[in-house]
Amino acid sequence: MVASPLARSAQTSPTAAAWQSLVGAPLPSRRQEEWRFSDPAGFSQLEPRLWSGPEPWVDLVLPAGVKRLDAGAAQPQIAAVLEQTHCHEHWPVRLNAAAQVALLPLRVSAEASELVLDLDAADCGEVLAVQVLLLLEPGAQLDLTLRLRATGRSLSSVVIAASLQAGSRLNLAAVAAGHLDASVLAHLAVVQDPTSSLQLTTAAAGWGFSRLEPRIVQRGGGAATRLRALQWVHDDQLADTHSLVRFEGPDGSLDQVHKSVADGNGRSVFNGAVQVPRAAQRTDAAQLSRSLLLSDRARIDTKPELEIVADDVKCAHGATVSQLQSEELFYLRSRGIAEDQAARLLLAGYCDEVLAELPAAAAGWRPLLEQLHREASS
Amino acid sequence: MIRSDAPVLLKIRGLKASVEDQPILHGVDLTIRAGEIHAVMGRNGSGKSTLSKVLAGHPAYTVTDGAVLYRGEDLLGLEPEQRARIGLFLGFQYPVEIPGVSNLEFLRVATNARRAELGHDELDTFAFEDLVRERLAVVQMDPAFLERSVNEGFSGGEKKRNEILQMALLEPLVAILDETDSGLDIDALRIVAGGVNQLASPDNATLLITHYQRLLDLITPDHVHVMAAGRILRSGGPELALELERTGYEWVDQELAVAGVF
Repeated sequence: MVASPLARSAQTSPTAAAWQSLVGAPLPSRRQEEWRFSDPAGFSQLEPRLWSGPEPWVDLVLPAGVKRLDAGAAQPQIAAVLEQTHCHEHWPVRLNAAAQVALLPLRVSAEASELVLDLDAADCGEVLAVQVLLLLEPGAQLDLTLRLRATGRSLSSVVIAASLQAGSRLNLAAVAAGHLDASVLAHLAVVQDPTSSLQLTTAAAGWGFSRLEPRIVQRGGGAATRLRALQWVHDDQLADTHSLVRFEGPDGSLDQVHKSVADGNGRSVFNGAVQVPRAAQRTDAAQLSRSLLLSDRARIDTKPELEIVADDVKCAHGATVSQLQSEELFYLRSRGIAEDQAARLLLAGYCDEVLAELPAAAAGWRPLLEQLHREASS
Repeated sequence: MIRSDAPVLLKIRGLKASVEDQPILHGVDLTIRAGEIHAVMGRNGSGKSTLSKVLAGHPAYTVTDGAVLYRGEDLLGLEPEQRARIGLFLGFQYPVEIPGVSNLEFLRVATNARRAELGHDELDTFAFEDLVRERLAVVQMDPAFLERSVNEGFSGGEKKRNEILQMALLEPLVAILDETDSGLDIDALRIVAGGVNQLASPDNATLLITHYQRLLDLITPDHVHVMAAGRILRSGGPELALELERTGYEWVDQELAVAGVF
């Protein structure tokens, strides 16, 4: 594949050299298969200056059952999760380590109440990199909501590494409302022990460039993973989700729905890898990618990537790309509802399948709702 | 109820229409006055459903000739939503499922669009809930269906009840019910027909589009029209429907052959 001139120039510019020197590895390029649709030019023109604002989450009040770990003790645990989820060498993960300004390592030992983490890169023109470690002990439960915001030129870098021991349950929600000049790179890496349960719900809109990589490994199988995602692009935005779910033992389950809406010149990418090696007999996995194309200039790339070696498994997958259904529109209009309002209702309904699964602190978060409302009305 | 002095609500003259350049309607004439119930019968492909969609303004259909006047004003120049607001209603043969859109919210937005046209105040969520619960009785519908997405996972009968519930809320002057009886068991058919009878008044009119007599056993039409090959072949009273039930549609073919259509 031939790299675009833009990607080539980004590789050789002084800014690209500064990124390489910070991260210790060259910027990703579209010549790499996993970056072939995500042009790093989207964020790499920002000077790689580190966050100079106050450290986030210093005054965070933790709910009962959640304790902050010592940073030194946390590092090997984070490294282990990132290695087990095969992303420790990923460029965004290396960037995160190099640029990190906040580390929040948490041990959850009981049924904890909801924890909300807010992160606002505003228009800082800098790189705001944070890392969260979640260790859920046997039987522990946590609802964690990350609310990520940017209102101008900035790069947010997030790595969440979580380890779920037997019988634990993590409900992780990440909502992100961005800006055309803002970028976000996020890795959500989770290692699940048998009988643990993970729900990961993400919703992002308004980012010039976003790259989300959920990396889930059921290291003994036998766990439950539920993924719900919504991404919305318009103008010249790009949203890329590369997800990986790997079963390393039998009897695991996956229920994944990824939805995207592409308007204007926007481009939405979904690559969903599901790996079922021989050891993962009786895996029950379902992946559905649904995309809505609202403009003839927008572009959707969606690719399920199932690697199934085990023979006694149920693995379903589907991918649809459609436009607003004309029969649905006509039905609403035939009831007196104006065309633009009918379209808004249909778009809200389309997003609702994902948004309805968000916990209250994420579902009622105004920046995302307002962003979605603006997108639907444009 | 026929009153020759009742105002004309809908006047269709020489209506021709096509879909994807395929002519379907070849000149339909029909006049409907307030207080009347009309039935249009005909076989599949005769153009009856096309007639209902053209009247409601479905964008896939193109009117190539003729005129439709609604209370004396041109109807065909109006958008579908404008037609609905001034009191035209189409009950769908296959009501559309809309996942993620709450039935209650949909009904409220639609009702308020009609109310605004009539100069009535918009109903807030609470006032609307009172109204909708009262109207549910018309079709004996379980309030649980209000909380679901529009028609999603509804049985055939529940979808048709939801159509009549919409009719009860929008209070149209002309209701066109396209194959409302299709896919209904006898109990559901009775409930739906009962709803239509309750809503019929001297001020409004109903156009039933149907294949079978069985709906007309429950809703007595004032006028029956037989449609074939995109036009109304014959009109009469309720006895015409009974005759059709007895003789079938074969005579239609003979008349068409005589007329040189086939």
